[in-house]
Amino acid sequence: MTIKKVDISIQDISKIEGHADLNVKVRNGKVQEVKLAFTDNKRFFTQAIRGQSIETLPQAVARICGTCSLAHTMCCIEAIERALKVPVSEQSKMLKKLTMYGLMIRDHALHIYLFALPDVFEKDSVLDFDGEETQYLKDSFDVKRAGNKLSTVVAGRAVHAPYPVPGGFSVLPDEKELKALIPELKLAREKVMKVLGVYARCDRDYTRATKFVALAGDEFNFLGDYILTSDGEKISEEKYFEHLEKVVIPYSQSIGYEFEGDTYMLGALARLNLNKESLHRNTKKDCARYLKLFPSNNIFLNNLAQGIEIVHAIDHSIEIIQKLKLTPEEPPELHYADCSGVGVIEAPRGTLFYRVNLKKDGTVKDGTIVTPTQQNQINMELDIKKIVQKEIDRGTSKEAIQYELEKLVRSYDPCISCAVHFLKVNWI
Amino acid sequence: MVNLKKEVEGKKLRIGWFSFSCCEDSTIVFTELLNDYFEEWSKFIDFVYVRVLRGKNKLKDLDVAFVEGAIASEREKKKLFDIRKNCKKLVAVGSCACTGGPSAQRNTFPKELEKEIEFLLRKFHQTDRVHKLEDLVRVDAKVPGCPMSEEKFLEVLNQMLKEFGIK
Repeated sequence: MTIKKVDISIQDISKIEGHADLNVKVRNGKVQEVKLAFTDNKRFFTQAIRGQSIETLPQAVARICGTCSLAHTMCCIEAIERALKVPVSEQSKMLKKLTMYGLMIRDHALHIYLFALPDVFEKDSVLDFDGEETQYLKDSFDVKRAGNKLSTVVAGRAVHAPYPVPGGFSVLPDEKELKALIPELKLAREKVMKVLGVYARCDRDYTRATKFVALAGDEFNFLGDYILTSDGEKISEEKYFEHLEKVVIPYSQSIGYEFEGDTYMLGALARLNLNKESLHRNTKKDCARYLKLFPSNNIFLNNLAQGIEIVHAIDHSIEIIQKLKLTPEEPPELHYADCSGVGVIEAPRGTLFYRVNLKKDGTVKDGTIVTPTQQNQINMELDIKKIVQKEIDRGTSKEAIQYELEKLVRSYDPCISCAVHFLKVNWI
Repeated sequence: MVNLKKEVEGKKLRIGWFSFSCCEDSTIVFTELLNDYFEEWSKFIDFVYVRVLRGKNKLKDLDVAFVEGAIASEREKKKLFDIRKNCKKLVAVGSCACTGGPSAQRNTFPKELEKEIEFLLRKFHQTDRVHKLEDLVRVDAKVPGCPMSEEKFLEVLNQMLKEFGIK
């Protein structure tokens, strides 16, 4: 029997980063209201960074989010480098790419194995896996460990990394240690290839047409060069913020964003939809059968896209490490000025934007940070609405709809810690 | 003093892992420790309430609750009291839980910033001040660090396994 009237309320959705509640109201068989509330408390980083020393800023903003801390550090560094016109050596550029790859491998693996894979096997937890499934739990450890070690060797730590600074790295990695990572990266690659098949075979369908936005370029490296949209627009990093419109979501601790009046989706799915041709040649070769599925409007494929990005991160890391001949170099001295700079990078969950306004006394005047999950928030609500209506029309039970919604939200891999980091004063 | 030693052979340490206002960096370190320790831990530890690992979590009869983050709202306060009632030992994990900061950075905001954020504190029922855990409940052990120190965490965990007579 079709549900005519129901209130779905999910408190504290599990297996995501941070805390979110979801409330859905259905009346006369129609979805009337969807409220996805990010419930992590604001920690007011935008206020706290005012007056801080420029040099400590990349470390301070790392604390916005544990799992994406490297993304915040690297984006903030890019903004400072642009503001202060800091030269970045070719060697530092390579190390920055390795830093991003270490992050992607570890962070994506956490999501596609520990958070999302139980949904594919219809289990509550990786801890409930049995039979052949248990191999995937073991595999998750090998893949995460490879990413963690890459970050640790290059950036000093996988969480709140101490080495990256404006212009380069305060400590250079040991070349031998770097080369020693190659066998572990290769092992992780073998493991990830297996889980790609699991996701590709799962026929879950969360399709809804939307706009996709991602940083793209000739090389798929999460750091540059320009923003592409699925409407074919190409935007410079400096101009990105001009295209965004803030949307107040009164019940959520985060504000949302629209892109020129449209809702949009960021993240691995967007990146593959818009830039799969730039993936590493080995990734394109070995993942060819999966890459045929993109571009896609099916949000469930975000999981598969993350897996393919792990393969790419491994392939390009191995190539960089094999070629890299490190020469000793110090990060350049910073020359402070009254100036502004923009940093845009691809965090695991999508495009991350920083603008920093700096002062010539070496302190921060203020800053603007726009995180991927804030930008995905409205799109998520619209997807939820569509799925609920579809399931209501099919006569699905309330409990089954609720589980379906959790799976949908997890496909986005939302990061609530990031989303609620700051406030806007003109918020009412 | 309560005798925590278990008499039943094969009994596991029932643990919970909770996150309040913070960046959840210690949760990430915990999930990374699983890479090397899961096999060993699964023999001694029952992951009863771990939101990053389970969908269905029950806050009941925990031996040890590991709590990350500072307390910044009435909702968090209530949950923390609930946790304290349902665990025998409570361990503060990471800088925000142990000292309040960096999540407690608003406690030291100058007047004009305090004014700027005031309406949001009201709107989301945040408390006037951000608290470290021991401001509100008894804390039995601490694992400091931003993120938590892995070595200290292992030390505290092993200590708990001993105290509960499991290992």
